[in-house]
Amino acid sequence: SQASHRFHNSLLEKQYVGFATLPNQVHRKSVKKGFDFTLMVAGESGMGKSTLVNSLFLTDLYKDRKLLNAEERINQTVEIIKHTVDIEEKGVKLKLTIVDTPGFGDAVNNNECWKPITDYIDQQFEQYFRDESGLNRKNIQDNRVHCCLYFIPPFGHGLRPVDVEFMKALHEKVNIIPLIAKADCLTPNEIKKLKDRIREEIDKFGIKVYQFPECDSDEDEEFKQLDKELKECTPFAVIGSNTVVEARGQRVRGRLYPWGIVEVENQSHCDFVKLRNMLIRSHMHDLKDVTCDVHYENYRAQCIQEMTSKLAQDNRMESPIPILPLSTPDVDTEKLIKMKDEEVCKDVI
Amino acid sequence: MAATDVDIFMNEEKRNLSLGGHVGFDSLPDQLVSKSVTQGFCFNILCVGETGIGKSTLMNTLFNTMFENEEASHYQNGVYLRPRTYDLLESNVHLKLTIVDTVGFGDQINKDESYRPIVDYIDTQFENYLQEELKIKRSLFNYHDTRIHICLYFIAPTGHSLKSLDLVTMKKLDSKVNIIPIIAKADTISKSELHKFKIKIMSELVSNGVQIYQFPTDDETVSEINASMNAHLPFAVVGSVEEVKVGNKTVRARQYPWGVVQVENESHCDFVKLREMLIRVNMEDLREQTHARHYELYRRCKLEEMGFKDTDPDSQPFSLQETYEAKRKEFLGDLQRKEEEMRQMFVNKVKETEAELKEKERELHDKFEQLKRMHQDEKRKVEEKRRDLEEEMNAFNRKKVAAETLSLSQPLKKEKDKKKLVKTENQSGVSASSSKVMMAKANVEPLNCQSWWEAIQCCTCLVHNATWKKPGGLF
Repeated sequence: SQASHRFHNSLLEKQYVGFATLPNQVHRKSVKKGFDFTLMVAGESGMGKSTLVNSLFLTDLYKDRKLLNAEERINQTVEIIKHTVDIEEKGVKLKLTIVDTPGFGDAVNNNECWKPITDYIDQQFEQYFRDESGLNRKNIQDNRVHCCLYFIPPFGHGLRPVDVEFMKALHEKVNIIPLIAKADCLTPNEIKKLKDRIREEIDKFGIKVYQFPECDSDEDEEFKQLDKELKECTPFAVIGSNTVVEARGQRVRGRLYPWGIVEVENQSHCDFVKLRNMLIRSHMHDLKDVTCDVHYENYRAQCIQEMTSKLAQDNRMESPIPILPLSTPDVDTEKLIKMKDEEVCKDVI
Repeated sequence: MAATDVDIFMNEEKRNLSLGGHVGFDSLPDQLVSKSVTQGFCFNILCVGETGIGKSTLMNTLFNTMFENEEASHYQNGVYLRPRTYDLLESNVHLKLTIVDTVGFGDQINKDESYRPIVDYIDTQFENYLQEELKIKRSLFNYHDTRIHICLYFIAPTGHSLKSLDLVTMKKLDSKVNIIPIIAKADTISKSELHKFKIKIMSELVSNGVQIYQFPTDDETVSEINASMNAHLPFAVVGSVEEVKVGNKTVRARQYPWGVVQVENESHCDFVKLREMLIRVNMEDLREQTHARHYELYRRCKLEEMGFKDTDPDSQPFSLQETYEAKRKEFLGDLQRKEEEMRQMFVNKVKETEAELKEKERELHDKFEQLKRMHQDEKRKVEEKRRDLEEEMNAFNRKKVAAETLSLSQPLKKEKDKKKLVKTENQSGVSASSSKVMMAKANVEPLNCQSWWEAIQCCTCLVHNATWKKPGGLF
């Protein structure tokens, strides 16, 4: 009846507390605050890294770039170059930093050419660590690298020694997403074969690349199917382009060949769309979270342990954070602890 | 094969004669051709490029056949060269084709030494030919020429420029072999990018002084096509052994979702140009250049190293014979000198050791003498001691005997002096003879008793050998 209906509604009103608006509040605040994301690109010269970045963010980051010629690259060392841009979309601001690594793998002798890169990542961790432990924490700048796109050449039969060494040096410091570059030189069969081979070799060498989080069991089937397809598609075979061509009556980003037109955003041509969706539209924040919760925490724990063991040896060393000495329990205390543990267990059982 | 085209008739007068009819020596080229066809031809190709860049596929495509080939791994420790020889036949022309692959090129992290196995291989083939040429009994017409006639250098299609490894390697190879640079897997570069890429590559080669093979333009029949081809270097090639139906034809091609790249379509890639130049037009010139230029350079350097010269100080041409003799003498002289040295050293060493041994011997001898003397001394001392001891013993015995005789005449007198009571009638009468026996038996210890009678009855005195205790001594 109407009366009970009204009563029900007023009950609901009384029962409605209102914290269901929290997501909206979070959304509002975050839009106001803005986001930041640091993306590193690594791989030999000529793999199409800059072109891909331009295609991903639909902008031109690399105007007036000077490329070295072969002679200059014989003894080249790896540099780290940062490009920071502020981009905005529907009111959401993103401070995007691209970290470039020109010179990687280009010299004749590439021994430890990944060292400047690992050093850079560690430096960003260290700086954040200091800031976080400081007294005034209002304006901490997060320059930590959230994701590293590694470009594998499509010309070979799989991973090369330099690819393996690089990924092993970085897989515990940053989220690595391996990509097959310039995929327009491979037929669909060849792509499948190469992907299988690379996945096999990643397993074999124990390289920990970024894993997509499992989707929740209460998601709908279509989402789960998409998620499954995404995971089976790695490593993504990508093509990038700086030019717009006319294909099938539309103007699209693509590459014009005498035998046809490759469309960057055509899913049957390459995995660019999958990469973009994953990197930007669905997993950007997860990449940040994994960086903060896993890679950074590992670094921090290791740092503290090293510091305390050094402190024990040398009392005069300054530490940036107020440290309580971590004492290892001695034998008696251990015994006591064990005893108490057993008591508790007995009680519980 | 003519090594150089020196005009040997330069110093002689030449006259042109006109012929009255058809002589027939215009068949000479044909005779040459038929001879070489019977002999068969030989061609050696070296393919240099990173693993997976398409070397084997291109060879299969060029020669329209399937050479056996397993996929190489990226994890070789170094670069090694893998030559494979095949016998091909095309309309009664035999070709002995050797394809040399560089396995593992470009895979190592440190590629400083990557060029070396390649250079060593090329030099070894030259060396083998040189050895054959220098033999006394040689059979050059029968010799399987393994010298590399052409090096195809596969450049990765990055679109920017050469890689540093490419530049370093080509610079090491350009004076040893004919190089044709090609852009591999060119179906990943668009037309405009390709144009820029080619210009960049050629300018880098020129500015670094790398000599690549130029198609010859001296022969009018082919100079035009060769000149135009020179302008298309490096050739951008695509290789494929798979066939795709295009229109109503089946062609070799690569099928993509966005189109079909046809290998023999000149607007798609430069494969046809490469085939023309490499096989159909200039194969013979490549062989000639290898022999006349690269091999001669190697030979000259090698012989100069060994000490041969073209002219001696008097500008007279050296004969190989004389040079050889001179070298041989020098070498033998050296050998003899070394032998002398060694012998001298050996003799010295022997002398030294002998001297040492003698020294040691002398030392030993001295020691022996010393020990002998010591031994004798000791023996003497011991002898002396023995004599002393003997004397002492004799003296003692004499004294003993004296003391005995003395005691025989004195015992009754002594008893009279001492208490008379001691002597009783019960005394069995110690006869002089028994007392003498007693005396003889008695030696060191003095008797405790005052009288013989007592002494006989005293067990102690009887048991112990005793003598009379006299005031002031034993006797």
